Amino acid sequence: MTWELVAGLETHVELSTKTKIFCRCTTQFGGEPNTHCCPVCIGLPGTLPKLNRAVVEYAVKAGLATNCKISNISKMDRKNYVYPDLPKAYQISQYDKPICRHGFITLSSGKNINIERIHIEEDAGKLIHERGNTFIDYNRGGVPLIEIVSEPDLRSIDEAVEYIDKLRLIMKYTGVSDVKMQEGSLRCDVNISVRKKGSKSLGTRTEIKNMNSVNFIAKAMEYEFNRQIDIIESGGEIEQETRRYNSDLNITESMRGKEDATDYRYFREPDLVTLTISEDEINKYKSELPELPDVKLQRFINEFELPEADAQLLVKYKRVAEYFEEAAKDVKNKKLTANFILGPIFRRLDTESEKEECRISISPEYLNELVILVENKKINFNMARTALGQMLDTGKPVMEVISENEMAGIDEDDLRKICKNAVETNENAVKQYLSGKEKALAAIIGFIMKETKGKADAALATEMVKQLIANR
Amino acid sequence: MSDIKYIQNLLGTKQLSCVELTRKYLNAIEKENKLLNAYVKITDQEALRTAEQVDDRISRGEKLMPLEGIPMSLKDNIVTKDIETTCCSRMLKGFVPIYDATVWDVLKKQNAVLLGKTNMDEFAMGSSCETSCFGGALNPHNTKHVAGGSSGGAASSVSGNIAVYGLGSDTGGSVRQPASFCGLVGMKPTYGAVSRYGLIAYASSLDQVGLIASDVEDAAIIYDSIALYDPKDATSRGAGTTSSDKLDKSIKGMRIGIAREYFDGIDGDIQKSIENAVKVYEDSGAEIVYFSLPQIKYVLPVYYIIACAEASSNLGRYDGIRYGYRTESYSDIDDMICRTRSEGFGEEVKKRIMLGTYVLSAGYYDAYYKKAQKLRGSIVKAFRDAFGLCDVMLAPTVPTTAFELNFTSRDPVETYLTDICTVSANIAGLPALSIPCGFDSKGLPVGMQLIGNSFEDYKVLNAAYQYEQQMKEKIYKKLERGVRI
Repeated sequence: MTWELVAGLETHVELSTKTKIFCRCTTQFGGEPNTHCCPVCIGLPGTLPKLNRAVVEYAVKAGLATNCKISNISKMDRKNYVYPDLPKAYQISQYDKPICRHGFITLSSGKNINIERIHIEEDAGKLIHERGNTFIDYNRGGVPLIEIVSEPDLRSIDEAVEYIDKLRLIMKYTGVSDVKMQEGSLRCDVNISVRKKGSKSLGTRTEIKNMNSVNFIAKAMEYEFNRQIDIIESGGEIEQETRRYNSDLNITESMRGKEDATDYRYFREPDLVTLTISEDEINKYKSELPELPDVKLQRFINEFELPEADAQLLVKYKRVAEYFEEAAKDVKNKKLTANFILGPIFRRLDTESEKEECRISISPEYLNELVILVENKKINFNMARTALGQMLDTGKPVMEVISENEMAGIDEDDLRKICKNAVETNENAVKQYLSGKEKALAAIIGFIMKETKGKADAALATEMVKQLIANR
Repeated sequence: MSDIKYIQNLLGTKQLSCVELTRKYLNAIEKENKLLNAYVKITDQEALRTAEQVDDRISRGEKLMPLEGIPMSLKDNIVTKDIETTCCSRMLKGFVPIYDATVWDVLKKQNAVLLGKTNMDEFAMGSSCETSCFGGALNPHNTKHVAGGSSGGAASSVSGNIAVYGLGSDTGGSVRQPASFCGLVGMKPTYGAVSRYGLIAYASSLDQVGLIASDVEDAAIIYDSIALYDPKDATSRGAGTTSSDKLDKSIKGMRIGIAREYFDGIDGDIQKSIENAVKVYEDSGAEIVYFSLPQIKYVLPVYYIIACAEASSNLGRYDGIRYGYRTESYSDIDDMICRTRSEGFGEEVKKRIMLGTYVLSAGYYDAYYKKAQKLRGSIVKAFRDAFGLCDVMLAPTVPTTAFELNFTSRDPVETYLTDICTVSANIAGLPALSIPCGFDSKGLPVGMQLIGNSFEDYKVLNAAYQYEQQMKEKIYKKLERGVRI
């Protein structure tokens, strides 16, 4: 019996607006507990929310970037539940009129994962358990979130992982969020069920709550997939319930059953007016959207003629991709630039976050100059690699490094003279070459490299030597 | 001359200093409040400090701002920085806010002299002020009767001459009804005219800060000072236009609408007083238009469903964690929240929270809350249509005069029914004002209500003013209590 996994994701993304969704407090991560708070975001009696319009802008951009339809009219609702980190005992969210609907993300296979909706809401505070006590930090309370709800279109863990990766990248490219998972700025709930392959109906689903690492999501899904199959195969039934992932044991555990599900008693938030977004506004946001990762990838492949793997690696880090484009300006062979970045430069960026932040010690203009020198055969490739190493160490511009180390390539006329001399000096090798021993040429080129202290362009020298021998 | 203008004249001409004036009020409060229970907190230090500043400004020859130096009271659900604000609930005893309500901020900047915080039904839920955890406020006209509610303390303070005016809040009649019971002018502005920021919420879509004053001119002066746009309140729009400069507009040709349904089940004395008032309007050249407004039979259930639903959510935050009351002993967090709320809230509040929770619950939402919202829409439309037929509507404020003490606890449902005339203005967000129009056989004041179209508060004030000009001697009775100026 083969089983198929059916999953949908609810992804919470913290928006990177400067201020909170309903007050003017900073959204900055960290800070001494309860220092990024005001009467509004701690829900003191009498306070009222005021919607931060930047949140609308960011949510619309997220929607546009995921092919959603933007609602010209939407509204805010109250989701009522009691928990100490929620100071008003309701979360202001959107229930039946979300800001975006009906979008999709295309996976590399070409398959679309449909997005049912994206809505805006406020984050809650955080409980801190310490010294046998529980403390509450409301700094995060009121930080704006969008919740992106996919249809149950995911059929494998790989698809889920790719979907999250793509989502993250889109959020990053649009500047909607910095999606730092370790800071909790992207969190996922996974709805998961199994069914026999080929079946059209959906099985009973469970929901695994609040995971903030792609790795955990993959592991939790795998565990849950197998758990559900085991239950069904041993004649049991799946219970509709909410579960959590225990990363220590690598299992999912039941949190609450269906009958304990909270009745959120949603109703319209009377303190806020109808949220209207004009077509003009939508068009303005559309025009402000940057090139999205998929489009950039295709352009790198088609226009820059980069191999797909290279293009993917560059596009994966927004700032690196931008760096690459600067450094590849006016370069005919863009692959050359890509090689420098993905090779020697990436070797120096150990962590993902260094790559994310594109911590490269020289400006893209410096790299650009170096690549153009190589392309114009002013310096050979090996010398260029050495020069790059020194540039990265010292931060010095390319010409300075080259002249300090006498790395400049050999002028064509000079090289021809040296080649001529080499052919005359290495009679033996020439004879062997003429008798069909291709390898003998290497000895002549070796001689030239030695003469030029490695600065000669080996390919050009080979060309010249062949020509000189032929013309004898 | 209105009280406010009269007092400002005394201050400005130095016949009386603001400190002297304030002391008169504070002394009177000390004497009267034991009986009336209008104030639950006296802010004498704050009052005298402000009074000194006012005197300072007067001595420097500076011009007084419209409400400067006038001793007044604030209902205890209006948040005052550094001054305990309790909503007259055990739940908020000891709660000292860290910010000012916008409406108080505005008055503070005018050097209004705050005498204290006034009594109210707990969280503004009630019609007699008797659900207050401090006990009810009494009616200065007859202390065997209540001052009304929920802004009973505000009305009692003004009627008892221990405040020149008071600010209250009106969710279903909470300013108009006590004003009616105490022979005063009580006004609920259009929803959105006055900022709600810092008004502790009962039912957010119905709440509006209102005022209680001794006459219409005072009401207009106060209204003009507080009806301002506030960026902190998303539903705020401000007045749009001032009203005190439009009080002398002739009402010749003004169409005054009367919906018959408002007069079903009205006490005879009240019916008579209002008929007399209608005659006064007719004699002044107003045109009386009679029509039917059948939607009125839905206003009470719609009001109680929506108000309770919103209240159940608004009052969820009182959990004993951050501020206010917390139970003494408990086993865990859920137990703590449960005990805190059971002990901290009074019976009426708990009743409304449970009712509100019920109407929003899965399975009941459609039958109650959703239906109520739909009906609300049709009520709004009915009133909009009615204002095609008339400029201002005239109705009773309450079907009865002031209740005897403990009436509401004996007959809570009967009490709910007495909100019938006031709640529609909240449901439709309309401006409405109660003005005295006579006395019943027991000598208790009778009020009548003028309701206007959205943001036509000035028309309501002018219609009331025109009536008042002709009736002043017959509708007001200055009591032998408190400060006599």
